[in-house]
Amino acid sequence: MKTEPTAVARGDSRSRAWGRFASQRVAVCGAWVLVVCMTILLLWPWVQQFDPAMIGDRQFSAPDAEHWLGTDVHGRDMLSRVMHGARMSMLVGLAGAGVSLVIGVIWGALAGYVGGRLDAMMMRLVDILYSLPSIIFVIVLITTLEGVVKRWMSGLVTSEFASVTRVTLLFVGLGGVSWLTMSRIVRGQVMALRDRPFVVASRALGAGQWHILRRHILPNILGVVVVYATLTVPAVVLYESFLSFLGLGIQPPQASLGSLIAEGASQINSVRIYWWLIAYPSVVLAGLLMVLSFLGDGLRDALEVRSD
Amino acid sequence: MGYTKRMLWMIPLMLAISFLSFGLVRMAPGGPFDRERKPASPEIERRIREKYHLDEPVLKQYGRYLMGILGGDLGPSLKYRNHTVTEIVVQGLPISMGLGLCAFVCALGLGIPLGLYTAARKGGFGEVAGTFLAVLLVSVPGFVIGPLLVMELGIRWRLLPVALLESPAHWILPVVTLGLYFAGRVARLLREGMLSVRNADFVMAARSKGLSDLEVMLRHTFRIGVLPVVSYSGPMLADLMTGSFVVENLFQIPGMGVFMVNSSLSRDYTMIVGLVLVYAWLLLVLNLVVDMAYRVLDPRIRHED
Amino acid sequence: MRRRRLLLLRPQRNSLGCALRRAILPAVARWVWGRGAAQASCGWFLKPWNRWVPGLFLLLILGLGCSRRETAADLVIVNGQDPESLDPAIITGLEDYRAAPALFEGLTRSDPATARATPGLAERWEVSSDLTEYTFHLRRGLRWSTGEPMGSRDVVYSWLRLLDPRTAADYAALLFCLKNGEEYSLGKIVDASQVGVRALDEWTVRVKLVQPVPYFLDLCASPTLAVVPRHAIEAHGDRWLTSQPVPTSGPYTLETWRLNDKIRFRRNPLYWDAVNTLSERVDLLSISNPTTALNLYERGVVDIIWDKDLVPAELLEDLKVRRDYHAFQYIGTYFIRINVTRAPFQDVRVRRALGLAVDKKRIVERIIRGGEPVADYLVPSGVANHKAPDVLGYDPEAARALLREAGFPGGAGFPTFQYLYDSAAGGAAKVHAKVAVELQATWKRELGIEMELRQMEKKVYLAAQTALDYDLSRSSWVGDYNDSTTFLDLFLGNNGNNRTGWSHPRYEERMRQAGSEPDVERRARILSEAETLLVRDEVPIIPLYFYLGFQFYDPDKIEGIYGNILGMNPIRAVRKRSGVGVGR
Repeated sequence: MKTEPTAVARGDSRSRAWGRFASQRVAVCGAWVLVVCMTILLLWPWVQQFDPAMIGDRQFSAPDAEHWLGTDVHGRDMLSRVMHGARMSMLVGLAGAGVSLVIGVIWGALAGYVGGRLDAMMMRLVDILYSLPSIIFVIVLITTLEGVVKRWMSGLVTSEFASVTRVTLLFVGLGGVSWLTMSRIVRGQVMALRDRPFVVASRALGAGQWHILRRHILPNILGVVVVYATLTVPAVVLYESFLSFLGLGIQPPQASLGSLIAEGASQINSVRIYWWLIAYPSVVLAGLLMVLSFLGDGLRDALEVRSD
Repeated sequence: MGYTKRMLWMIPLMLAISFLSFGLVRMAPGGPFDRERKPASPEIERRIREKYHLDEPVLKQYGRYLMGILGGDLGPSLKYRNHTVTEIVVQGLPISMGLGLCAFVCALGLGIPLGLYTAARKGGFGEVAGTFLAVLLVSVPGFVIGPLLVMELGIRWRLLPVALLESPAHWILPVVTLGLYFAGRVARLLREGMLSVRNADFVMAARSKGLSDLEVMLRHTFRIGVLPVVSYSGPMLADLMTGSFVVENLFQIPGMGVFMVNSSLSRDYTMIVGLVLVYAWLLLVLNLVVDMAYRVLDPRIRHED
Repeated sequence: MRRRRLLLLRPQRNSLGCALRRAILPAVARWVWGRGAAQASCGWFLKPWNRWVPGLFLLLILGLGCSRRETAADLVIVNGQDPESLDPAIITGLEDYRAAPALFEGLTRSDPATARATPGLAERWEVSSDLTEYTFHLRRGLRWSTGEPMGSRDVVYSWLRLLDPRTAADYAALLFCLKNGEEYSLGKIVDASQVGVRALDEWTVRVKLVQPVPYFLDLCASPTLAVVPRHAIEAHGDRWLTSQPVPTSGPYTLETWRLNDKIRFRRNPLYWDAVNTLSERVDLLSISNPTTALNLYERGVVDIIWDKDLVPAELLEDLKVRRDYHAFQYIGTYFIRINVTRAPFQDVRVRRALGLAVDKKRIVERIIRGGEPVADYLVPSGVANHKAPDVLGYDPEAARALLREAGFPGGAGFPTFQYLYDSAAGGAAKVHAKVAVELQATWKRELGIEMELRQMEKKVYLAAQTALDYDLSRSSWVGDYNDSTTFLDLFLGNNGNNRTGWSHPRYEERMRQAGSEPDVERRARILSEAETLLVRDEVPIIPLYFYLGFQFYDPDKIEGIYGNILGMNPIRAVRKRSGVGVGR
């Protein structure tokens, strides 16, 4: 009996990947939610009812019709604060994770693929950097670069520019601290892949190093990398939150979800809880990270290349 | 590279780390004796700095420090002037390590089943629920989870102690608070690892032998799927063992985590470098163990060497 | 091989445990992993590492947990952060100041209720007619806690050690009132016998001052001037406090000192007043997170919390109404420093305008919330011999007029300036940030000027302040002894704690005059004139509020704590009332 070939998706690998992605309902849902959220966040400064820095008279008021998410100690509207905080956190998280992704993948792939002495040296360097105290590193980075920027631009620096500089330095610092684990994971995966039959075969056929890296190794580690990247975003945001908890993070009057959470953490006590100061930022943060993770999972499945 | 060679390499590495951190801490503005309430005369300040050799050139200070280490002395703490760094480490490290080890076991104990569940239930609601839980664990910071648990279980229901470490019951909340975040990460990484090998050759071979899904998963894919978790275990364990500032600050645990952060903030040079060295040593040893575990777990690598 | 091992480890088929396992595990496994899991589950869970691991884990927890049991203390006090040191000569922090007097006492000691000096190691003293010579007579039979005799030579040694440049004591300046004290400390004199403190015989100490000091006896009660053991210090150097046993001169001995954990004091039976040391064992816990402190207090683990920083402002409204909340006037002031070397703050009109436009009441009510008194001048009311000066007050209209006069009508043309403050770490209240935000809003509203917030980490903030690299900075000061000069001396031109770049010849002159004025009334008036110059005329600082100290304890259970202005609560006087149980 002649069997009808089952309908295989036609087209090149890209559209096949897209098809697989679309079939993941949750990931698509996540993607849409993310798009909606990003739009709201991007447009927020024009949509907002209250300026987040505007001080009001009603301190610590619970959520009501006027202030949907309540107010804080200065009478500032929490909804606005949370939205601006989400913008900042997304910026910090994505940029920091991006930096760490790029450096980590390149470093780890190189170390894992080349192996031998170079691998040992690179990984030992990672060990050294990992042992250095990150807080001191962040402090030194922020203060030295701030000083440098101030000297170059003295007189030209407006407050906006200064705060943007400081935030950028924060990303760089955070990214610079988190690429280390990524590189280790990537190296592990690459090492496992490099002596697999198809890679050996490819080499035997005369393919160059770069070609192998690009076409064989990288697509195979993409899964781990994507998942790890979606793990790095929360790690960066939480590290920023920890820095705010220590007083080193985002400077007021700006806020990020991390700094709002760090401020709100002291609200969890047994005497009186202004719950809206901690609940909303945490929920928003968890929600955004959730959406990113589902998206990451979907991406990973879509990009999955059969390993044989 | 042979393991003995790796271990010998640790010495120059530690030297490099000590030198780098020695220099790094002195680059940060502010010094250990800068206080809100300054001594009335600058002469006194100068004397304090002289007493601790802070006015000498950095290289000379470093040389002096190295001589001290060779004699087993990590130097006096510049903040707690009656204590030495060695004393503080000896006091705090076992507690941090104990806590870290328990949290590690807790993280694996919660994370691995969660990861397996999420991987096994791929494509269904179970996967979504599992991912949801894992991401939730990863996105809520410890200084929110901790106080919440303390408030509910310690104050409202009075089930568990709220702070300090005085009986076995006191260990539960800190260990759980510490372990939850890492459990989430382990779950995510494990799921990722398991899914990446589920279509591999040897898996198909095992399935065609007639083994059940679970057997296949546990006996075959797990060994390879757990590799990302293993790579992560090294730094995770090192982080856990040197103490978490948040948990120790909240539960008032006399471990090293609080010292690591506070020494940076108060520019206690000797303490920072001493703690960095301890941390580095732990990290190097653990990475060695992780690499060994890699070889044991992944026969593909083993057979290639 | 593997099969055989499994067989050996498999329990008897008929045991209850295995029966349960067979019943429950397959159900769980089926739920988790789906069909086909049932058969495999039992085997999997019988694998050796799956059984031993949870067991080992439990063993680990039990072992670790039980390793830290100790006898309960009579009194458990949350002292605040870790004291950096307990050596009287080098302590500077408030926590150190609360802990060290339990171990080391001086010629006089603080009365628990009034914080004034009462006889300590010295039972009586004579003062010369010109008030520059004091003769102290020590009690007979004084001993260290380790048994050695204690005498006037120990007093002289302790004071000389404080002044000795090699000790590098931060508060050596407290003894600059001694003849040649300052010179000895700066190394200009090396012969210690020229310093104005001498042992006349074994029980007598003669002190010679440069000029009369009305608060000298209170100074002797300061923890910095306590008597320390020469034999231990010479034997162990810097490690003398960690080499047991530590000889102490005070009501307690040091039984345990674990950093970031606790300090345990044990009653010293050889103390001269040992019968009046009311608690046998006292634990001082080092806690820096306010939530933790309150939680421990709620659960009854600690009896007293007596650190101001551990009481978060947001909770004060609810905490104020409780019986166990006690607030008292404290010798501290929160103020704003202005860098007078920077434009436009060189203009005194600008500074006065800033001072006139701050609504201090609003800040205290909304942010600080403890009911702290608003401060219009620097020295807290309640300090001994203090006469209130004339002040600026709150007058936004006048402020605007002044600003116009200075050339910035309605704030136009006024450069954007920065307010420097430090950030608190680890759960502690972020008061400075909140005050900064309020100030920013107030000045914008009233004067139309733009202020930016500049938050720095503590050490960086200190470095910037010292280098005069700031426009405005938050500041505070807690007095060292019960007299106005502990605040007013700050703004002498050469004082390292000035940090504003301000000095004024008339101020210096007044302070000098006050220093040599023997009559208390006239002295208070002169100091008040100096303070008026400081807070009304020149305004290099803008005082905001005076501190309140807070304590938490149940007055039905604990007695012996009084709220005095120095916040000094000698531990020897505190105890649990009889009938209340010990420990937790």
